[in-house]
Amino acid sequence: MSVITVENISKQYIIDHQKGKGSNTLRDVLAENWRQFFGGKKDGNTPTREEFWALRDVSFSIEQGDRVGIVGHNGAGKSTLLKILSKIIEPTSGSVRIRGRVASLLEVGTGFHPELTGRENIFLNGSLLGMSRGEIREQFDAIVAFAGVEKFLDTPVKRYSSGMYVRLGFAISAHLNPEILIVDEVLAVGDAEFQKKSLGKMRDNAANGRTILFVSHNLTAVQALCNKTLYFEKGQLIEQGETNQVIASYLSKVSKTRLLRQWDTPEEAPGNDLVRVKRIELIPDYQDDLTHIDVRTPMKFRFEFWNMMDRANLNLSMHLNSMTGECIFNVGTRSQPYGKGLIAGECTIPGFFLNDGSYTISIMIVKDTVTPLYVMEEGITFDVEDYREGIAWYGKWPGYVRPQFPFEMGMLEPASLE
Amino acid sequence: MKTHEVLIEPGRSERHYWRDLWRNRELLYILSMRDVSVRYKQTALGAAWGLIRPLTTMLIMVFVFSKIAKLPPDPGIPYPLMVLGGITVWTFFSTSFTQISTSVTLNSNLVTKVYFPRLIMPISSIAVSFLDFLVSLGLFIILAIWYQFVPDWHLLLLPAFIILALLGSFAFGLFFAVVNVKFRDIGQLIPFIVQVGFYACPIAYSSRLVADKGDEWWTPFYWANPMVGIIDGFRWALLGEKAYFNLQSLLLSVVIVGVCLFLSIYFFRKRENTFVDDI
Repeated sequence: MSVITVENISKQYIIDHQKGKGSNTLRDVLAENWRQFFGGKKDGNTPTREEFWALRDVSFSIEQGDRVGIVGHNGAGKSTLLKILSKIIEPTSGSVRIRGRVASLLEVGTGFHPELTGRENIFLNGSLLGMSRGEIREQFDAIVAFAGVEKFLDTPVKRYSSGMYVRLGFAISAHLNPEILIVDEVLAVGDAEFQKKSLGKMRDNAANGRTILFVSHNLTAVQALCNKTLYFEKGQLIEQGETNQVIASYLSKVSKTRLLRQWDTPEEAPGNDLVRVKRIELIPDYQDDLTHIDVRTPMKFRFEFWNMMDRANLNLSMHLNSMTGECIFNVGTRSQPYGKGLIAGECTIPGFFLNDGSYTISIMIVKDTVTPLYVMEEGITFDVEDYREGIAWYGKWPGYVRPQFPFEMGMLEPASLE
Repeated sequence: MKTHEVLIEPGRSERHYWRDLWRNRELLYILSMRDVSVRYKQTALGAAWGLIRPLTTMLIMVFVFSKIAKLPPDPGIPYPLMVLGGITVWTFFSTSFTQISTSVTLNSNLVTKVYFPRLIMPISSIAVSFLDFLVSLGLFIILAIWYQFVPDWHLLLLPAFIILALLGSFAFGLFFAVVNVKFRDIGQLIPFIVQVGFYACPIAYSSRLVADKGDEWWTPFYWANPMVGIIDGFRWALLGEKAYFNLQSLLLSVVIVGVCLFLSIYFFRKRENTFVDDI
């Protein structure tokens, strides 16, 4: 039985591009009406209007007990969809039919008032999320224990640490008992241990036949929780189906991956009169039929460049940078004398070394180990996806790199049984 | 289990809106309690402020209008009692009105994150002003004992006028609450309206003074103010037959408030689904 049926939902926003003034004040509107009243037509300075479709012609249906992940870039319409399903915003056209009690979790700690105590805020937030006071009272001890804030129940939440605040907020929503639970990106907050606990709680809920809609940027969490996935792009539903399949095609579409760059003749190649780059390439060594790079994948970086100098001591150094521009590591070749011609080289990046994330590779060709001749920034761009095995925790793995060094643990001295 | 089915479509008002509103009465209660308990947090004097404000306003008005301007009260009624009666009902009306007008924008964090019948916000916002009103009324009783003033059977009509003042604050407040979502000009306008109202309504003086003027060009405007009938009526119920009372102006008030209330609720219901787009 389908519990949610969405038919041709669209949501349009009109964006005013006003000159000079940013906001729409009463005065502007009155002045405009005044002009129209006397002049009969709008003057030429009226703001230009732009239509923007946050969602366009989206249809799907969800069966009872489905755990549905929703993935897509920022601005793809995921949150708009959740807000329509939660009755917070109205669609421009189309219809939605929902059977069952819905609870929406679009934010952790909705309505929390900083001056009120933890206890008061549990009741406030709980009733905003649709719990009755009786239900809250029933769950009260469980909520407090889950959040671990027993000692601070009568402290105003403005004195809470941000971690406690988030834990309390999530604990309340984790104890909701709706038939349909809508969750937007709330796992992005909180510490790793709490994330794990929260996801576990959501999975328990799912096991009880509850229908869950779950938006997250954390694809690992989506994979762990959801059996079906919807993939949105620019307000449209691009693909829906089994989670693994949809996520694979999402990854192949969204990555800005550029693994190869080459130029056929020195005339069009980047560089200068001394050196020109012919080709740079990152070659992943895919294993187990993988089609994308993940933390396990070894890679080879290859480069070729033309040297136009008669004789020079050259070396090439490769910088691997994170998306935020920090250099993760820098390796270089040995400096050697070369004559005119095409020079090539290769560097191996082992698997189980890079953490998940987006990276760029820059190269620098150096003369006499001190004089940079040419720098090529961000020649290669690639993503490393997360992969975990036998680990029930889905938070972001910390650290710049993620090596697997030999690391053993064993019992040194068993406690004697008395 | 009974299945709960919802249909979401553009421009569709909830079919069971009023039932929904009733179902959410606990939320209404909790939001009211939130406002009340937050009100005097981190103040040294706390709830005493509810007493200090009407008391000082009354003392200043007694000094300015009675001692300096020598405005006469209704015959047989002590001037301070008359003023305090007026202040009590006017403050109730004006703070309710102000709070209703800003209720939606003040709760914008809720509007964008959860669904509930939006009328809950203006309704819950009056709790604070109602408590202040009760304190002020208590002050009036103490003052009445001091003057050994005994009310008569008119007192039984007092609840009717309290409700009328409340409905009046909704009639005008709801409209501004909706407009305020899009145009924050309302935030500037409201203190101004309240200030003008304070002098345009019979608070420091009795409507009898206006009635005695007979027909001047401005008197129709005076009587057209719906608050005049409500304030006169409230004072009449508190102070009895000696206070000025004009049935005609009261009926006019009832009609104006009724019509405005109907239009305001209609307007609010019509616009509430788009609050989140404009806020």
